[in-house]
Amino acid sequence: MTTKKKLDPKQFIINNAIYLILLALVVIITVISPRFFSLDVARDILMQSAVRIVVAMGCMFIIVSGSADLSGGRMVGLTALVSASLAQQAAASLKFWPGLPELPAFVPVLVAMLVGVVLGSFNGWVVAKLKVPAFLATLGSQMIIFGFSSLYFNMEPNRSQPLGSLTQSFRNIGSASLFGVPYIVMIALVVMLVVWVLQTKTCLGKEIFAVGGNLEAARVSGINVFKIQMITYSLAGALYGLAGSMEAARTASATSAYGNAYELDAIASCIVGGCSIAGGVGTVGGVFAGVIIFNVISYGLTFIGISPYWQNVVKGLIIIGAVALDVRKYSAKK
Amino acid sequence: MDNADIVLQLQGISKSFPGVKALDNVSLAVKKGTVHALMGENGAGKSTLMKCAFGLYHPDEGSIFVGGQQVQLHDARDAMDKGVAMIHQELHPIRTRNIMENIWVGRVPYKKVGPIHWVDEKKMQADTQALFDELEIQLDPRRSMGELAAAHCQLVEIARAVSYGAKVIIMDEPTSSLTESEVELLFRIIRRLTSQGVAIIYISHKMDEILQISDEVTIMRDGQLVGCWPAAELTQDLIVARMVGRKMESRFPPRTPNVGAPYLEVEHLTSANPHSFQDISFTLHKGEILGLGGLVGAQRTELMESIFGLRPIASGTVKIDGKPAKITCAQDAIQKGMALLTEERRASGIIPMLSVLENTVIANQTAHTRQYTGGKLFLSEKRRQQDTQQYIDSLSIKTPTTKTPIQNLSGGNQQKVLLGRWLLTGPEILILDEPTRGIDVGAKYEIYTLMAQMAAEGKCVIMISSEMPELMGMSDRIMVMCEGHLSGILDGASATDEQIMMLASTWQKAPEGGAVQ
Repeated sequence: MTTKKKLDPKQFIINNAIYLILLALVVIITVISPRFFSLDVARDILMQSAVRIVVAMGCMFIIVSGSADLSGGRMVGLTALVSASLAQQAAASLKFWPGLPELPAFVPVLVAMLVGVVLGSFNGWVVAKLKVPAFLATLGSQMIIFGFSSLYFNMEPNRSQPLGSLTQSFRNIGSASLFGVPYIVMIALVVMLVVWVLQTKTCLGKEIFAVGGNLEAARVSGINVFKIQMITYSLAGALYGLAGSMEAARTASATSAYGNAYELDAIASCIVGGCSIAGGVGTVGGVFAGVIIFNVISYGLTFIGISPYWQNVVKGLIIIGAVALDVRKYSAKK
Repeated sequence: MDNADIVLQLQGISKSFPGVKALDNVSLAVKKGTVHALMGENGAGKSTLMKCAFGLYHPDEGSIFVGGQQVQLHDARDAMDKGVAMIHQELHPIRTRNIMENIWVGRVPYKKVGPIHWVDEKKMQADTQALFDELEIQLDPRRSMGELAAAHCQLVEIARAVSYGAKVIIMDEPTSSLTESEVELLFRIIRRLTSQGVAIIYISHKMDEILQISDEVTIMRDGQLVGCWPAAELTQDLIVARMVGRKMESRFPPRTPNVGAPYLEVEHLTSANPHSFQDISFTLHKGEILGLGGLVGAQRTELMESIFGLRPIASGTVKIDGKPAKITCAQDAIQKGMALLTEERRASGIIPMLSVLENTVIANQTAHTRQYTGGKLFLSEKRRQQDTQQYIDSLSIKTPTTKTPIQNLSGGNQQKVLLGRWLLTGPEILILDEPTRGIDVGAKYEIYTLMAQMAAEGKCVIMISSEMPELMGMSDRIMVMCEGHLSGILDGASATDEQIMMLASTWQKAPEGGAVQ
C-alpha cells in the first residue's frame, strides 16, 4: 500500500485546530508580554491545571463511552471534604472527627477515591440498569451528592466551618516538588499516562470506544455493555475522588462549595479537545490541550492585564468554535 | 411529448453515489388517471428514481416535468406543492395526535383574531370529513393516530396526499404490511383515485398485484431502464425474465450440496414478546445453507436475534451439536461458535467513526474472547493488523488503509468488513440477516461465494432474505415464516416463487394455537 500522503492544508488545520489555537494564544501573549514565555509560568499553569486535568480525564471516559456526566464537580466537592476531614492534624482545633489520629497522607486519598467509585457506580447503575438517560441521571445525582456534601459539612462539631489544619504530608501533595516538578503535576501526568495506556492498549479501552461508537453494534459483537458502562462511571468516580483530594491538598482546606461547575469545564475541555459528544471519539492529548487552553486563557489574559471578565467571553467563543468545527469534521463526509 | 395526458415525466435521469451509479439515463412517463407499476429487483434503482421524483434526491442529470412544465424539486414539500406525493413504505405518523391534525399538519385552518391565529377545529374536521367521504374512507377524523392499524395509517396518508391536490401519488410497497382484505380496501381507493384523474406510481414485488391493478409496467434493472409495457401484454414469466435479464446461474456461484449431520436443533422456541414468533422448531445441518423467507413482520429477525441471545425467550430449547445450549447474551452465542450479521448495517453493525481495523477485530478482542493479548494485559497491535489485513485481502475490501474510518467505505465494502469481523471469530454457525441488502451486484456475488465456501467447509449458514432469487439460488432448504409462525420448509432446488409466496402469506393455525396479534 502506498502511503503517499497529500498534505491538504485545510484538513490539517481542521484536524489540528486545538493545537494551533493553543500555539497562537501562546505566541500572541508572548509577543505582548515576553516574560510569559518562561518555565515558571509554564509550571504555574500546569499546577493550576493539574486538578482540572484529572477531572477532565474522568469526564473523557464517560464522553467516549457515549454517555454524559454532570455530577463530576459535586463529586470533587464531596471527596475534597472527605479527604480533608481525614487529613487533619492531631491537635487541630474544632477537629472534624475528634480523637482521630493523624493518618498517613495516602489514606485520605484512597478513601476519597473509594467514595468516588461508589458514587460513580451508582451513576453507572442508574444509567445502565434503570436506563435513565445519562444527562438526567447525573443531573439527579449531582443534587443528591451536593446534598450529602452539605449534610456532611454541617455535622457536629464542624457546623459548616471551612476545614483546615491539614497535616504537612497531605498538604505536600498539593504544594511540594521533586526536582522542581510539583507532585500535583506529576500525579496529573501519571493519570494521563495510565488513561492513555488503558484507552489505546487494552481490551477495555477498545470496548469503551465501541460502546460509545455504536452501542447496539457493540452488544451484538459480544461486548457486555452493562459492565462497560459500570466500569466507565466507576473509573471516572475514582478520578474525581483523586481530584477532590488533590484540590483539598492544593488549597489546604475544603468546604462544600468545592468543585462547583468543574464538570462543565471538564466537558468543555473534552469537546474543545476533540471528543465527539456523540461518543466514540477522544484522545488524551486532545483533552490535555483542551484543559491547558482554558488555563492559558485565564492565566495569560490576566498576565497581559486584560479584565478577567473577558476570559469567559473568550472561553465561550472557543467552545462554540470548536463544536462548529467538530460538526464539520464528522458530518461533512455524508 | 405530444401526449397531453402525461402528468409526470422523468427524462434521462442519472444519479451517482460514491462508488455506485444508482441511476443511468432513466426515463419514465406517467399518464393521467392510470396506475403505473415500477418493477425491478432490490437495488435496481426504483426507490432512488422515486426519491428524485419526490425531491428527496437531486438528479445529477436529466429533467422532470409535472403537467408539462419543467420543474426543479427542491424538497418533499416543494414536490407536494407541485402535485407529487409519496406514500413511503415505512410510515411515520405523529401517533400522539389525532387523524385530522396529521392530515393538516403544517397548514391547519385558522381564524385570525387580532394578532393570534386560532386553530379552526370545526373547519378542520369538516374538511377532513369531506375528504374521507370523497375517498370513501370510514374513519373518525378525531381518532388518535396511535390507535390505527397500519392499513388505516396508509389511508390517512393517501388522504393527506389528496388534500394537497396531488396529481401523482407514488406508493412504495404499499401492501408489504397489509392483510389480504386490507389490500382489497387499498385497491378500491386506488381505483377511486384514478377515476378522478389521479395517477399512481405503484412499486411492488408482488406480481399478481401488479398485473391486477396496473395499466402500464416499467421495469428497471441495475439502475437502467429495461422498458415500459402495457400490463395487458405482460405475464409473470415475462416480467421476471425482463427484471432479471440474465441467466440465473450466473448470479450465484456453483455449489455442490454437502449437507451433513444435524448441528443446530431448535425446538418449540417461543419469544417472550407475545406479538413475536411462537413455537418454532427446525434443524440446521453441517454444510447446509438454510434460507429463511417471509414478508415484513414475519418475525424472522426476531427469531434469529433470540437464538443469538439478544432477545428474551419464553420457552423452548436450542441444542448445538446435540448438547443443550443456554444462550442469554451475544457473548454466550459467540463462545458457542455462532455469528450474526445483523440486518441494519448502520444501526447495529458498523461503528462509523472507528477504523476498518477496530471494526474488524471488535468481536474477537472482547475481554471474553481474550484474543490479541495472549492472557496478558496489553493488545498486540501487530496481530490486530495482520488479522485485519488478511480479511481485506481475502474479501477484497476496497479501503485506502486499515486506519480509514469505516464510514468512508461504500455499503458493500462496509458489509464485507462486517463479514470479516464475524469470520474472524471462527464461527460454526453463520447467521446472515439480509446480507446483500443495498449493496452492488459485484459485492453480492462475493458474499454468495463466501457463503458457498463456508458451507463447503462444513459450516452451517442461515440466510434471512426477502429476495426470492437469492433464496432459491443459494439455499439447500428454504424455511418460510408468516406472522411469527413457521409455515413450511421447502427444498431449495425445487421451490418456486409461488410456493414461497403462498407460505409467506398464510400459515395453518394449530387447533389449539393462540391468537395472532
